[in-house]
Amino acid sequence: MAKTIAQINEKIRKGKAVVVTAEEIIDIAQEEGVKKAAEKVDVVTTATFGPMCSSGAYINIGHTRPRIKLGGGKVYLNGIPAYAGFAAVDLFIGAAALPDDDPRNRVYPGEFRYGGGHLIEDLVAGRDVKLVVTTYGTDCYPRTGLETWININDLNEAVLFNMRNAYQNYNVAVNLSDRVIYTYMGVLRPHLGNATYSTCGQLSPLMNDPYYEVIGIGTKIFLGGGVGFITWQGTQHNPNVPRTERGIPKEEAGTIAVIGDLKKMSPEYLKGTSMTGYGATLSVGIGVPIPILDEKILYYTTVKNEDIYTQIVDYSKDYPQLLSSTLGEVTYAELATGKIIVQGREVPTGCLSSYWKARKIAATLKEWISEGKFLLTEPVAPLPSINSGISLKPLRERPLKRNSGESREK
Amino acid sequence: MKKKLALKFPRHLVSEPITYRLVKDYDLIVNIIKAKITPYEEGRLDLEVSGEKDAINRGMNYLNRIGVEVKPLIQEIKWNPERCNHCTVCVPLCPVGAFSVNEKERVVSFNDEKCIACGICVQACPYRAIEIIF
Repeated sequence: MAKTIAQINEKIRKGKAVVVTAEEIIDIAQEEGVKKAAEKVDVVTTATFGPMCSSGAYINIGHTRPRIKLGGGKVYLNGIPAYAGFAAVDLFIGAAALPDDDPRNRVYPGEFRYGGGHLIEDLVAGRDVKLVVTTYGTDCYPRTGLETWININDLNEAVLFNMRNAYQNYNVAVNLSDRVIYTYMGVLRPHLGNATYSTCGQLSPLMNDPYYEVIGIGTKIFLGGGVGFITWQGTQHNPNVPRTERGIPKEEAGTIAVIGDLKKMSPEYLKGTSMTGYGATLSVGIGVPIPILDEKILYYTTVKNEDIYTQIVDYSKDYPQLLSSTLGEVTYAELATGKIIVQGREVPTGCLSSYWKARKIAATLKEWISEGKFLLTEPVAPLPSINSGISLKPLRERPLKRNSGESREK
Repeated sequence: MKKKLALKFPRHLVSEPITYRLVKDYDLIVNIIKAKITPYEEGRLDLEVSGEKDAINRGMNYLNRIGVEVKPLIQEIKWNPERCNHCTVCVPLCPVGAFSVNEKERVVSFNDEKCIACGICVQACPYRAIEIIF
C-alpha cells in the first residue's frame, strides 16, 4: 500500500510514525520482508559526516555609522579573506580560504592549521571573530576602514551554504609512487602503504535513494546540528555513471547543495579540518530523512555495505593527471574490515568520514521525527537523474594567443 | 617491566654490539624503535626494553659503564579523545597498531603502551587531535 508524505506527516504530528535508521532497516527488512517492512516503517534516516571543501557561509554584519561598503573592498575575518563582491555588508566565507600570510606548501607539507572551515566552526561556537576591512569611500558609504570584534549572535544573518555536499560514493585513494604524498584524501604512504576512503556507505543519504526518487530540491534535512534544506543538485552532480543492478553508482555520482541557519547549528557537527599538505576545509554533518512511500523506496534503503562498490585510484599519478583509470573495485564491507587487496598486496584502510558521527546524526534525526519535532517536506522539484543527460565535463582549454588583443589585461 | 629509552653513544662505541649484549648477557627483550648514526653526530638508538626489574637495572649499569648516555624516551604521543571525530584515517598509518577501530562501535582508541612515538599520526589527523610532546 502506497503512502504519501502528507499521511506520514500526519503520523509524525501524532507521535505515531515508525522511524528507523538506514542501518536498522536492513535487519527489519531481512526479518519481516520488504513488503511488510514498507507497511510498518514510515521514515528511514540516513546520514554522513566528512570533510567537504565546497562548503561555506554567508553573513550580514549590519550597517555601521557612518556607513561602509565592503563590496569591492578587502575583508578579513580572523585573518581569513572573506569574499566581499556584494552589497554593503554581505560577506561569503569559503571553507578552503587561507590567511594571506599562511605559508601554504612553501614549507612542505603545509599544516593549514586555520582556514575558512575553522573560522566557520569558531562562528558557530559563538566565539568572537576579528573583522578587518579596508575599502573605498563613496558619497553614500563614506567610511573606508573598520576593525572590530563580531559575534554570530549579533549578526543579522549567518547562513551555511554548501554548493556540494554528501557525495553519492567516492574513490578509494592509494599511492603507487615511492614517496609519501599529501592529498585531500589524507597522507598516503608510498608503495600502497595505506588506502583511504570516504562516505558512510550504507548510511549515506544518496546511497539509500540511488535515483533521487524521494530526495529532491526542497527536502528538509539535518544540517550541521540544525535544520536545513536541499536547494539544488550539488556542483559536479553526475548521475550518469556505471551502476550496479540495484542502482548504486560504482563511482562518484550525485551530490546535493544545502542551506541552513548557521545560528542554530552546532560546532559538534561543523568542524574546521586541516589536511596536511593540502589545505583547510570543513567537515559537515548531514542527515536526510527518506519517506517510505512504497516497497521500492523501502527496498532502496536496505542497501548494505557489501552491495556498494567503489574504485581504487592512484593519487600519485592517475588522479593529478586526470587519467580515468582504476586499480580495481572494492566494496564498503571490505573497506570496513580494515584491509583490502590491491595489486595482490594487502593494504590497510582508513576512512575520512566518521561512521560513528553519522550514526549519531541518523539517531538524532530519528529522535526529532519520532517526537514530532521534525516534519518532512515534499520536494518542489527532482534532482536530475539518469535520464537528465547531465554528465561531468572536464575544462576544454582554449589557450590565449600571445601578441594579440586577446591576452591583453582588461 | 617495560622501559622506553633514548641512548646516545660516542663514536668509539659505534661498533660495540650493544643490543646483542643486552639480549645475551642481561636477558632483556629489546625492540629497536629508531636507530640513527650520522657522520658528525653521535649514535642515537631508541629502544623499548622489557625484562625483570633487576635485569633492566643491570643492563642500564652496563650501558653507563661503557659510556652510553641513557635517558628515558620522553617523546610521547597524546591523543585527545574530545577532539577526535573517530574518522579512522590514522589507523592504517600507525606502524605498531597503537590506534585501532572497534568494529562494532566504529570508535577509534589509542593504546599508548604500543605507541613508539614515531609521529606519523600527528600530521595525518584532520582534526589535530593528536599531539607530540617532547
